[in-house]
Amino acid sequence: MNRADRSAQQVLEAEVLNLRAKLLEVAAGLDRIDRGAEPLADAGTMETFRGAIETLLRPGPNRAERIQLLFSRAYEDSWRENMEV
Amino acid sequence: MQYIDPHIHMVSRTTDDYETLAKMGCVAVSEPAFWAGYDRGSVEGFRDYFEQLTEFEPKRAGWYGIQHYTWLCINAKEAENVSLSREVIDMIPEFLDRPGVLGIGEIGLNKNTRNEATVFLEHLELAVRTQSQILIHTPHLEDKYQGTRMILDMLSGDSRIDRTRVLVDHVEEHTVRPVLEEGFWAGMTLYPVSKCTPDRAADMVEMYGPERLLVNSAGDWGPSKPTAVPDFIMAMRKRGHSEALIRQVVYENPLKFFSQSANFEFQVAK
Repeated sequence: MNRADRSAQQVLEAEVLNLRAKLLEVAAGLDRIDRGAEPLADAGTMETFRGAIETLLRPGPNRAERIQLLFSRAYEDSWRENMEV
Repeated sequence: MQYIDPHIHMVSRTTDDYETLAKMGCVAVSEPAFWAGYDRGSVEGFRDYFEQLTEFEPKRAGWYGIQHYTWLCINAKEAENVSLSREVIDMIPEFLDRPGVLGIGEIGLNKNTRNEATVFLEHLELAVRTQSQILIHTPHLEDKYQGTRMILDMLSGDSRIDRTRVLVDHVEEHTVRPVLEEGFWAGMTLYPVSKCTPDRAADMVEMYGPERLLVNSAGDWGPSKPTAVPDFIMAMRKRGHSEALIRQVVYENPLKFFSQSANFEFQVAK
C-alpha cells in the first residue's frame, strides 16, 4: 500500500528534517538526564532506552513494533488459570 | 473532507470544540462512556452520566449539525469496585434502546487485574444477552501488549461473539496485527504523546490496508486534540494517498461498523 511512485529516496527527503529533529530531541534528552544533580535511582529505564536505541541500529523491518515490545510487560497465555478467571 | 470521529469524549470538551469539529468536516461522533478523572461513588452517578450521554450531548452536537452516538459501560479504572460494577451493568439495559446508543463500551482492561477481567467478562455477557455491539479500550503504555492479548483471549474464548461487531481500540504497532488477524475491527487513537501519531497511523494503513481500520482522536479532559482526525487526513494527503482511500478510513469504515447497530440512524449530510 506504500505509494509505489514514492522511492525510498523520496521518502527520506520528505522525512529528513523531521527525523533529524527527533534524533536531536533524543540526544538532548539523554544529555539533560546526564546533567541531573543526583545519580539515577531507576537504572532499568535507561537500560530499556539503550535497548531501543540498539534496535534502531539493527537492520530489518518493523523497528517500531520491536521497540514497542521492548517497552511492554510480558504476556503469559496461562493468565486465566493463574488468575482463576 | 467529511469525516466521523468514532471515539471522542465530548462531555469533557467545550461547545466551541463542537463548532471547530463541524468547521473541520466532522459530521458525526461516537462517545464511549469512560472514567471521569475520579471514581464515581454510586450507581446513581452513572445513571446521571448516561442521561447526559443520551440526552444532552446529542442536542449540543446537533447545534452544529454533528450527529452524536454513544456507548455505555463502567470503565476498567472503576472495575476494582466489583459490586458497584455489577450494579451499573444491571442498570445499563435501561438505556440500551435509546436513540444513538450503539452498544457496550469502552470496556476493557487498565492494569490487567483479576477484577478488571471479571468485570470485562460480565460486560461481554451483557452484550451477548442484548445483542449489542462492543467497543473495547486497551491499556496504556507498558500494559498495552499484555492487556490486548488478554482481551483477545477472552473474546476468542466466547464463540457467541460476532467479531465483526467488535472494535478493539487504541491499537499500536505491536497490537494491530493480532487484532486484525483475529477478525476484529481496530481503532488507532491519535494522541500528542502516548498512543499513535497521525504519521504512525498512516504507516499502519500502508502496512495492513484500510479494511477494518478506524482512526479517532479520543479527545477527552487530558492532553488530547479533538481535531486529530483532520491531522491524519493531512498526513495521508502529504504522502500522495488518494482521497478515496482516506475517505474509506475516516468516513466509510465507521459507517460500515456502526451500521451493524440497530440504533444507528445516520443522516447523510447534504
